[in-house]
Amino acid sequence: MSKVRVLVGTRKGAFVLTSDGKREKWDVSGPHFAGWEMYHIKGSPADPNRLYASQSSGWFGQIIQRSDDGGKTWHQPGTPPGEAPAPGPPKAASNKFVYDATPETGKPLTTHQFYDGTQHPWEFKRVWHIEPSLTDPDTVYAGVEDAALFRSTDGGENWHELSGLRGHGTGPRWQPGAGGMCLHTVILDPSNPQRMYIAISAAGAFRTDDAGQTWKPINRGLYSQYIPDPRAEVGHCVHHVAMNPSRPGVLFMQKHWDVMRSDDGGDNWKEISGNLPTDFGFVIDVHAHEPETVYVVPIKSDSEHFVPDGKLRVYRSRTGGNEWEPLTKGLPQSHCYVNVLRDAMAVDSLDKCGVYFGTSGGQVYASADAGDSWTPIVRDLPAVLSVEVQTLG
Amino acid sequence: MIRVILPPHLRTLAHVRGDVELELAGAVTQRTVLDALEARYPMLRGTIRDHATQQRRAFLRFFACEEDLSHESPDAPLPDAVASGKEPFIVIGAIAGG
Repeated sequence: MSKVRVLVGTRKGAFVLTSDGKREKWDVSGPHFAGWEMYHIKGSPADPNRLYASQSSGWFGQIIQRSDDGGKTWHQPGTPPGEAPAPGPPKAASNKFVYDATPETGKPLTTHQFYDGTQHPWEFKRVWHIEPSLTDPDTVYAGVEDAALFRSTDGGENWHELSGLRGHGTGPRWQPGAGGMCLHTVILDPSNPQRMYIAISAAGAFRTDDAGQTWKPINRGLYSQYIPDPRAEVGHCVHHVAMNPSRPGVLFMQKHWDVMRSDDGGDNWKEISGNLPTDFGFVIDVHAHEPETVYVVPIKSDSEHFVPDGKLRVYRSRTGGNEWEPLTKGLPQSHCYVNVLRDAMAVDSLDKCGVYFGTSGGQVYASADAGDSWTPIVRDLPAVLSVEVQTLG
Repeated sequence: MIRVILPPHLRTLAHVRGDVELELAGAVTQRTVLDALEARYPMLRGTIRDHATQQRRAFLRFFACEEDLSHESPDAPLPDAVASGKEPFIVIGAIAGG
């Protein structure tokens, strides 16, 4: 029988939630890495027992953790727990994220724009998003702050920057959003291993068609009133991008303001905000089996960053955008003031499609009927940063 | 023998309880102590000093013998009491946030 494993990253640890295919009763494991910020945990599509986790702290920096048994045990790649200390240098550097400064590939790299408009050097802070390869459990990508893309091909033991992204040359016009200058979205095209999409706050979306060597901005059609040139090539605060694997050329974007859609791999975007009560938000995701069914959670902004009117409502469009319906059954409809962050929504691939999201109030909600009704799996976790789902068996 | 006291998060990460004891040959400085610490516990690399610059991370401080050594040269000799193991070298997280 099918199982579902939900991987939850919070401000103070990670949690693993499991259920059978009915998705009615849940086992909760955790906190793992208690006290640490867990920005993202994600499983390998090629080996569901291989999980990668980003563990970080403003005090102690970045740690990468790996599980080879579905989250029961964890270790830092290259430094298994319990191994006897050995003389000499460390065997691995799984938490070593160093920007490429080599003359051959790092040379074109630049400074970026700081909050005050001055130029500022790149400074590594943390891994926001981990994206395992679709085919190789040992290959995994990491989107980091300050914005750059790293790749490991040895199970997370060593990381190397794909410097063609920062080498693109528009870096001096990238700038941090309120959460920092983060590369938060990495999407791998299942039909074309050469093609990847990434998104950065606040630079925009980029695409590679040569497996990460070179990149192009794909922001035509975006309009951002808060930057000097609202239609600029880069500088847009893209919050998240989602894709249904069955239609890899169709992308859905939640921008700072505006919900957008592209039907040509990001070359052109059009607005699909339609009748949303506010088109500000962070998350966006697509139904596993219905590629025109899209989910967002509108958020009141610019300053509040909680749901409007004290009501937690997921909005669903079954027409690929523009026409949205509020989904409220099982969700609090009064005195609710939570946020749902950009990586905190995911879908499973069961029939019916399950939809999951986590809130800044520590609730993780699940819907086993594509959003028609919702139930909290857990209510009182630390603030949720990310939610990922694995459909097993 | 050098004694090092780590903050709780790093003890958890390194799977140690209590003080860490290190044997050092030669000069006893912040750099040699931290090099020995990281060689024995590779998972601590990058958590105390930046990977690229080897600078102390901003929210960490170094203390010994009731003195703040955070801004001393990493190559300055540590106090004799640290070198002899009488007093520990203490890595402590700045008290901010939660």
